[in-house]
Amino acid sequence: MALSSPLSPLGQSPPRPDGPGKVTGATRYLDDLEVPGVWYGATVRSKVAAGRIRRVDGDAARALGAVVVTAADLPGPNVLKVIAEDWPVLAAERVEHVAQPIALVAAPTRELARRAAAAVVVEVDAEPAVFETTDPATTLPSGRDRVLASCRSARGDASGALANPAVVVVEGVYSTGHQEHVYIEPQGALAIPDREGHFEVIGSIQCPYYVHGALEHLFGPGSVRVRQAPTGGGFGGKEEFPDMLCAHVALLARASGHPVKIVYERSEDINGTTKRHPSRVRVRTGHAPDGTLLAVEIDAVLDGGAFITLSPVVLSRAVLHAAGPYRCENVTIEGRALATNTAPNGAFRGFGAPQTQFAMERHMDRAARALGLDPLTIRARNAYRPGDVTPTGQVLGDDTSALECLRVAAERADFLRRWTLHERARAAFHLRGLPAPGIGLSLFWHGTGFTGNGERKMRSPVRLALLADGAVEIRVAATDFGQGTEVVLAQIVADALGCELARVRFAEPDTDRVPDSGPTVASRTVSVVGSALFEAGQLLANELARAGGVVADLLAGQDELVVEAHYEPDPTTDFDEATYQGTAYAAYGYGCDVVEVEVCPDSLATTVQRALFVADVGHAIHPVLCAGQLEGGALQAIGQGTIEEMRLENGRYLQDRLTSYLIPTAQDAPDMETILLEHPSTMGPAGAKGVGELPADGGAPAVIAAIENATGIACGDAPATAERLLADLLAGHVVPGGSSVDPFGLELAR
Amino acid sequence: MTVALRPTSLSEALDALGANGAVAVAGCTDLMVVDHAPARAHATVVDLSRLPELRGVREDSGGLWIGAATTFAELRESKLVRERFPIVAEMAGTIGALQIQNRATVGGNIANASPAGDSLPVWMALDAEVEIAGRSGSRRVPYDEMHRAYRETALAPGELIVGLRLPAADEALEQRFRKVGTRAAQAISKVVVALAARVHGDELHGLRIAAGSVAPTPVRLRAAEALVEGQPLTPDLAAAAGLAAAREVTPIDDVRSTADYRRFVLARTVRRMLLACQGGEA
Ligand SMILES: Cc1cc2nc3c(=O)[nH]c(=O)nc-3n(C[C@H](O)[C@H](O)[C@H](O)COP(=O)(O)OP(=O)(O)OC[C@H]3O[C@@H](n4cnc5c(N)ncnc54)[C@H](O)[C@@H]3O)c2cc1C
Repeated sequence: MALSSPLSPLGQSPPRPDGPGKVTGATRYLDDLEVPGVWYGATVRSKVAAGRIRRVDGDAARALGAVVVTAADLPGPNVLKVIAEDWPVLAAERVEHVAQPIALVAAPTRELARRAAAAVVVEVDAEPAVFETTDPATTLPSGRDRVLASCRSARGDASGALANPAVVVVEGVYSTGHQEHVYIEPQGALAIPDREGHFEVIGSIQCPYYVHGALEHLFGPGSVRVRQAPTGGGFGGKEEFPDMLCAHVALLARASGHPVKIVYERSEDINGTTKRHPSRVRVRTGHAPDGTLLAVEIDAVLDGGAFITLSPVVLSRAVLHAAGPYRCENVTIEGRALATNTAPNGAFRGFGAPQTQFAMERHMDRAARALGLDPLTIRARNAYRPGDVTPTGQVLGDDTSALECLRVAAERADFLRRWTLHERARAAFHLRGLPAPGIGLSLFWHGTGFTGNGERKMRSPVRLALLADGAVEIRVAATDFGQGTEVVLAQIVADALGCELARVRFAEPDTDRVPDSGPTVASRTVSVVGSALFEAGQLLANELARAGGVVADLLAGQDELVVEAHYEPDPTTDFDEATYQGTAYAAYGYGCDVVEVEVCPDSLATTVQRALFVADVGHAIHPVLCAGQLEGGALQAIGQGTIEEMRLENGRYLQDRLTSYLIPTAQDAPDMETILLEHPSTMGPAGAKGVGELPADGGAPAVIAAIENATGIACGDAPATAERLLADLLAGHVVPGGSSVDPFGLELAR
Repeated sequence: MTVALRPTSLSEALDALGANGAVAVAGCTDLMVVDHAPARAHATVVDLSRLPELRGVREDSGGLWIGAATTFAELRESKLVRERFPIVAEMAGTIGALQIQNRATVGGNIANASPAGDSLPVWMALDAEVEIAGRSGSRRVPYDEMHRAYRETALAPGELIVGLRLPAADEALEQRFRKVGTRAAQAISKVVVALAARVHGDELHGLRIAAGSVAPTPVRLRAAEALVEGQPLTPDLAAAAGLAAAREVTPIDDVRSTADYRRFVLARTVRRMLLACQGGEA
């Protein structure tokens, strides 16, 4: 594809059409939408993590003038269909997590809705609940099996290789906790009923067609039109959860005959919606003395929460990325997602891959120490090269850039010299009282688009419409919730048409107007939807050329001319879901993060000073937005690695508001530098690979590696809060060279 | 519905506060958070921002008078404050972030009486006196007696904090402040410590150390002070004082941190501050 002609808009960074409205405050988000006659909804939620519902009585709420909806009032099956059919719209006989919706109310004002919700009587016989994946219980109190999903990927003979006495075996267990998305705009939705019993649902959502499917399942085919409102962030949090919220507003609209809106309060949002799956990953590797990986054995357990929702696919991606971007002949990876009595954990930027790669990256640092190597050398020895074979038997293409990312990052950051300097200086830090400096790196990969044959099943359709004024409208279900999708897709179409960028418009994602080009997830928008749009652009360009470029001739009196194209994956590839063999992803992005920290000797607080992100994005269609994704994603991952802590107390998140669930502020953000590498894939337009999720994989392990370099504390758990580091210090989790933290005061904490 | 009154003098404000259910507001940065749930809204709020009696930072017989309605931004920028009491300016710059500092007031911080209130240990270490006014007259309360129990102050219902008096500071007054939060801005303290003392050779005199977030109220660290007061300050003594400090407080495990961590950090911070008074690295 000869795409990048000198006039091509690809590789430029034009302004985002949605930018001015967002910067000036003119953009109207869901809460700003004024709808005549609108009522407000509120949700009655479980206060306990598990129990049998004895009674739900809405009479007192009705007496206040509210409508009340319970599980008994549903017009269709009480299930939000994601992968399995176990996620209830409203709890019926049992509650399975704190904050699970039990009843809904709507009233003419927010205050009345809140009072009515408080007036609904719910009686539950609480049962002892399960909160840890390490809990030996095989079923939840409800009797449901705790294994929500399992899968296995294997190549060669890992256990045989590990049994070889000549092999140096290194073993470790690593964990990551719940992480909250903290989209700036909380979840919200609005349903407007019409006389025929149909609905228009408008939401702060990532996937209009997911909501469409969920509502048709509940209300019947042809019943619903779904539109995306301007959406203030998602990060995966608005992937599957909005099915629930949109169903709720639709139920209330049906019951009241009014438009009904719900916008969650922050603490309600944090308590009631999905989180990143906590993980516990055991890694055993076997090495030759020079560090070469001879065997990898990984056992990954994800905490799925109370329902299956997306856990099987999150687990699959976790397993497929678990061994990291490292070549090895003998690999066994086993994964299980186990149920606990918390809100279902779900989609979150990276989708399982950050958890397992956190484990692998921390493990590579541990293995390096065990072998007397440094973090760079062990990675350089094992990083994927073109032609290497993954655990699924996939032969990697010429665009395989793991080693290149590592080399560029290490050189730019002068990594080895500085890492070695800090290693040697550590002992001298005792008592001096200066912050201890450290540097750490991580190497990672991320598969673009759906796992396995997902894109083949989807065959995403996209449309372009040529309008009478000569403009071309993009009609896809891909949503912009902050990434800049509108401008990037317009660049691709303008490039295919060879036209001015200004001629290309982006249609509002609306299920009445755009085809189901798939959900906006899995870093697939540019690579998959963009590819299909490029095809469509070429089709339209051909039509136009036939008409001598005269729009009126081509339209011949019609309002518009619509062309449709589909994303067609490489027909020679296949993935076998039973054996986990084949092409797991059509393309892989690679990245290397180098993070520099200072750790306070008295408080063990980490200050992240500088960060370097080197990423192979295939082709940077909009370099400014690419760098933005890398910076924001890495900062989110650095937060996951340092301060974003969420603990449970009786099944309730202790950190359930933004005064206690802390994410990095602008003041906490390091000086950041981004280097984009371009090793074109055979998948996306002009070789583009996915970029949205890649940075989520690298920040946490790199920052904790830097903390280790600074302090000598060997932490295998994210977040490495100051309290966690103190506990590690007390437990003797210290590298062989010892810690830079003098022991004064440790006895107080014992 | 809430009625907002905007008195323009202290006596008007005190009268307004006599009404049932009336509550004073200054910067509103605590009250708005508490009042978010409409059920808890107050009937009447009395805005203190227009009372001339509560405003300003002035020289006061060698010391400083700080009006209760002074914002942390004003403290942060005041030349007088920076010259005489650098830890007050330093502390002010750690409250929330710039937007909060522009609204949040000294009086609000004291009256709100959170054990994590960052200014409280500073007033305690600097031996401040609180000027309080009520309808029956005004009185002065030494800062040490201001916080009686968890979120309970010496203020009687209807009384207002008018200002604070800080006794004279000379060159020899060593002042130290350290806030340990989870992040660089918008962080509530996990441990906050303030220290003031006069240096005589290798001894500290009139040493006052106070800490927040380690007990139900801000506390003086009297055991640590007693160990060090008037003694030649050695690293061993600084360490002993740090340990004594950690042992005289009663921190808890909560949403923000752990009791163990708070003790550990308090001990090390007190030790570090004492060493710093001796020209050690801070
Ligand atoms: C985002 C955010 C970050 C914050 N960060 C910090 C921080 O880092 N450190 C910290 O210590 N605090 C912090 N706070 C809390 C708050 O900003 C401070 O406690 C502030 O000083 C309160 O002052 P105010 O004027 O806003 O008080 P208001 O909210 O107006 O009042 C608080 C209370 O004090 C009473 N009151 C006010 N003035 C007087 C007076 N003169 N006499 C008697 N009673 C009075 C009111 O009746 C009310 O009960 C933060 C708050 C927010 C919202």
